[in-house]
Amino acid sequence: MTETIAYALGGGALIGLAVSIMLVFNGRVTGISGITNSFLTAQEGRLWRGVFIIGLWLGGFVMAMINPTFFAVPDTPLPSVLIAGFLVGFGTVMGSGCTSGHGICGLSRLSLRSLVATVTFMLAGILVATGLKYFGGV
Amino acid sequence: MKYKKYLQAVASFVVGFTFALGLSISGMTQPSKVLGFLTWDENWDPTLIFVMLGAIPVHAITYYLARKRKSPLLDSEWHVPTTTKISKELVIGSALFGVGWGLAGYCPGPALTSVGSGSLQAVYFVGAMIAGMFAHQLFKKSFSK
Repeated sequence: MTETIAYALGGGALIGLAVSIMLVFNGRVTGISGITNSFLTAQEGRLWRGVFIIGLWLGGFVMAMINPTFFAVPDTPLPSVLIAGFLVGFGTVMGSGCTSGHGICGLSRLSLRSLVATVTFMLAGILVATGLKYFGGV
Repeated sequence: MKYKKYLQAVASFVVGFTFALGLSISGMTQPSKVLGFLTWDENWDPTLIFVMLGAIPVHAITYYLARKRKSPLLDSEWHVPTTTKISKELVIGSALFGVGWGLAGYCPGPALTSVGSGSLQAVYFVGAMIAGMFAHQLFKKSFSK
């Protein structure tokens, strides 16, 4: 238990460092849903956004080489995965952010808007995951 | 600064890479761990709270210090969001996102990072996520007419 807490804290600190580099150098928020959406739709700023996503991929690739269990996948049925992905894409654009943009960057600068968003998606996530556990397989 | 655009890209590559390391070390790229955090039962696993407890203080301090400057290092102005309105879209959109998150245990960052790890499930998820983003565009267009 203490070991996993240390990993969570250390990983979290690295994420905090990453979003800080983005802020200090580029003056931007590291909202991953926003960056992905703007990469797909915006005319300008495609270079830094595309390169950011490649950085994520390369990081995932390297970490999977070091320890594949970091990416262990549960046997979620494919339809659930697809519906979940669709809702996450639609919802994060509609709500202007996800766990990174609202949850980390927004809360760090004490944005009330991000606090409302974070509480909302946390509660919705808890409701669905807990509901599935008790009423799943209906 | 003629090469500003390229220097910014180098910075955001470093950010993406570091972010991916942080996500995988912290456990965020394991959907079952995320679902263990979101499922409130006798096996509730609270460790993912510590990801936020690790990230927020670090960023809060750098945010406070950085914003004392007139501009970021590689740009002439700040691009931090200034909206403060608690809109219907904010709440409904966040709720929809939460439903998807609770369903599969992936949020956008860990899903994209897991694509790099070669996970097929993450590839399907990201494909559907992109479809959802485009669907929102169509939805917005049809309502702004």
